[in-house]
Amino acid sequence: MSLSLLTAEFHVERDEIRCIACQVCVRQCANDVHVYDPDDDRVYSDETRCVGCHRCATLCPTRALTIRCTPQEFRANANWSPSIITSVFKQAETGGVLLTGMGCDQPYPIYFDHILLNAAQVTNPSIDPLREPMELRTFIGRKPEQVGVVQDRDNMRLETRLAPQLVLETPILFSAMSYGSISYNACLSLARAAKECGILYNTGEGGLHPTLYEYGPYTIAQVASGRFGVHRAYLETAAALEIKIGQGAKPGIGGHLPGEKVSEDVSRTRMIPQGTDALSPAPHHDIYSIEDLRQLIYALKEATNYTKPVGVKVAAVHHIAPIASGIARAGADYIAIDGLRGGTGAAPTVIRNNVGIPIEMAIAAVDERLRQEGIRNQVSLIAAGSIRSSADVVKAIALGADAVYIGTAALVAMGCHLCQKCYTGKCNWGIATQDPYLTKRLNPNIGARRLVNLLRAWSLEIKEMLGGMGINAIESLRGNRDHLRGVGLNEVELRVLGIKAAGES
Amino acid sequence: MCGLIGIMDTSGRCFSGHDIVVGISNMEERGNGLGAGFAVYGCYPQYADCYAFHVMYTRPDSRSQVEAFLREHFTWVHAEEVPHQPVTDLPNPPLIWRYFLQLPDSAHLSFQTKGRVPFDEAECVVDRVMRVNTAGLGAYIYSSGKDVGVFKGVGHPQQIAEYFGLEEYSGYLWTAHTRFPTNTPGWWGGAHPFGLLNWTVVHNGEISSYGTNRRYLEMMGYHCTMQTDTEVIAYAADFLMRRQGLPVEIAVRVMAAPLWDEIARMDPEEQALMRALRQVYGPLLINGPFTVIIARQGEMIGLTDRIRLRPLTAAIHGDRLYLASEEAPIRLICPQPERVWTPVGGEPIIGRLGESPREEAVWCVESSLYTCVS
Repeated sequence: MSLSLLTAEFHVERDEIRCIACQVCVRQCANDVHVYDPDDDRVYSDETRCVGCHRCATLCPTRALTIRCTPQEFRANANWSPSIITSVFKQAETGGVLLTGMGCDQPYPIYFDHILLNAAQVTNPSIDPLREPMELRTFIGRKPEQVGVVQDRDNMRLETRLAPQLVLETPILFSAMSYGSISYNACLSLARAAKECGILYNTGEGGLHPTLYEYGPYTIAQVASGRFGVHRAYLETAAALEIKIGQGAKPGIGGHLPGEKVSEDVSRTRMIPQGTDALSPAPHHDIYSIEDLRQLIYALKEATNYTKPVGVKVAAVHHIAPIASGIARAGADYIAIDGLRGGTGAAPTVIRNNVGIPIEMAIAAVDERLRQEGIRNQVSLIAAGSIRSSADVVKAIALGADAVYIGTAALVAMGCHLCQKCYTGKCNWGIATQDPYLTKRLNPNIGARRLVNLLRAWSLEIKEMLGGMGINAIESLRGNRDHLRGVGLNEVELRVLGIKAAGES
Repeated sequence: MCGLIGIMDTSGRCFSGHDIVVGISNMEERGNGLGAGFAVYGCYPQYADCYAFHVMYTRPDSRSQVEAFLREHFTWVHAEEVPHQPVTDLPNPPLIWRYFLQLPDSAHLSFQTKGRVPFDEAECVVDRVMRVNTAGLGAYIYSSGKDVGVFKGVGHPQQIAEYFGLEEYSGYLWTAHTRFPTNTPGWWGGAHPFGLLNWTVVHNGEISSYGTNRRYLEMMGYHCTMQTDTEVIAYAADFLMRRQGLPVEIAVRVMAAPLWDEIARMDPEEQALMRALRQVYGPLLINGPFTVIIARQGEMIGLTDRIRLRPLTAAIHGDRLYLASEEAPIRLICPQPERVWTPVGGEPIIGRLGESPREEAVWCVESSLYTCVS
């Protein structure tokens, strides 16, 4: 084998005065960066293996470790950046498609950061959520055109039967993350947190582990192109079903769970042989057009006797507005739209970094299109693809979403440091791995607690922002773009987002 | 801050504009002379079966175009400039005409049905009103009901009343408004009341859910053209009660929806109804501080937002129901009303022709919670 031209991405700085050679870092690093030499009674580091996950630095009892980006610098070149040069090195060495994990990390505009919220002053009192009711309850599902009311004597009663609805106590759901891509303890943390918060989590295409069936009322079960783990009990247990067409991190391509992560338990849950790669095809092999999607939607509704909502998840691509319109008309109860920056357990880097459009644009375009067609209320919209804070939630809803999915934020709450190496199965935080030595690092009680805390904090912040705008129910924020203003955006961007520029009243 | 007042004689006896002008003028603190207006029901008995269009021309040259449109789509019964008299310090009043029109039998032939909305006389009139108002002619049909007239403009209430000579009109239901504009410019079209078909609305407050309400109503074929948030209430009332056929007691529960905590305490049947209303009509929840008086033929509805961030006082004397921002104007008109009270937030006060006014809300979700204070 010829010499690798790759140099270390990170620089491990060990303060030798502080280091007591306790070897915590040695045991914690699944990438074998740290090695103990008994002869020297010293710990040495091979920084070429470091992924920058900070596990060692976080757990070091004497805080002897600092992980820095490598000080090694290429000759400055605005065109040939270090990441592009190293990508060429890697491909020249391997001849393969470069993989990555998590969402797009390229510096495309983040429109959320160019949108500012409104607040009430003088003419309209802001509302203090500590003193006044503030309602975040959200319903996901198809709404009828009209509510029929029967009036008998003094009494009025509901005549219309509504399609099944999901109830969320706060307009946030945990995005699809499969058992396989993440550990059992991570799944359990999500399920427990969803139950405690009155929201839902999503199985992804990993099937449902038998011990998680008790969280059925808080579970969205995904039916993806690989049909992994899909069987009768799976469909019947979940509160809602979701047909996964695409994912923001990798629109247009299928999924790939490397065989290393297909443990015995994962293999049973997915109904595939142990150790084999779980490849989900790019398209569903029974969906080649919108009418096929309609058939699958209704097949799932039939299979579950019309008792639960059936949603469709798609990646935000250029023609997302007409696509969403078609999905609504095909009978979906909700549409989840996953933007450019949506996360993944594994995706080709080139796809992740170059395909799709930002969620802000997608949700605005879809909401507007569905309104033009007069069908916005027939379907719920869930925005996904890098919702990083409660402000992003508020902005996404004001642009037109009913609720948001959070994936990466939930992982970060459980300890993820966004090292983007999920596909290796060596997650030192015990999240994106099936290695029992690593998975036990995530205590599901602690994981669930941290997720509950995050949702609680965001919900409180959402209430503060709503109150500031003089709104006391989330439904009055939905599609309310009057409360948004753009900064640093050009006219076309403002038009697509359907918002005014800051300073315009 | 704005002031509003409504007086209804539930026996149907008509009375002149004197009382309402006295009442609204008393709330001087609540207006700043940048808008005032009146709506009167029962004012055109001689044309009771005609749509009475009041049209404001901000550009006089557009009148011929609008009239050609009206002649093409309606049977022309009568037209005249709305009578007025000079009032000092009333700058630049626009040209205002009124037209008494009927819908010809052939109307359905030229009516473009919008998707799933079937032909309906009211729908057809709404469509034509919206077409004129959005045509960019500077002409606005701001009153379009039968036997109802809206009179409004930029000025103090007394000035507007004097300008239109409202003491000469009589009706069984009057509402009035004095404006202190904040979020939108004070212009003649932006004064209250807002009217669409038989609905009129006077409003005190600022609607923080305006964007949501407007976009929902636009999806349903309404167009907001008056640059102010109040018109969404008129359109919401029209949408809920006329087009969706919901009783007024239900419609007010959409606009001032009970809190989820309150719904949780209702009996299961009511719960199911209230939950469905919030799920389906959530975009029409009117959020932010408001008091409104919504009126139509034979009905006057007073309503505040559900946490009551704007004032409303109600009073009953004989067949008369009074609603106002303050108690003082009511006492000025009617010094010793039989009952005066402050309605609870979100609780509608409904006056109906032929029904003696009652202090209790006509329909309470939870009687214990909505006990009224005498």
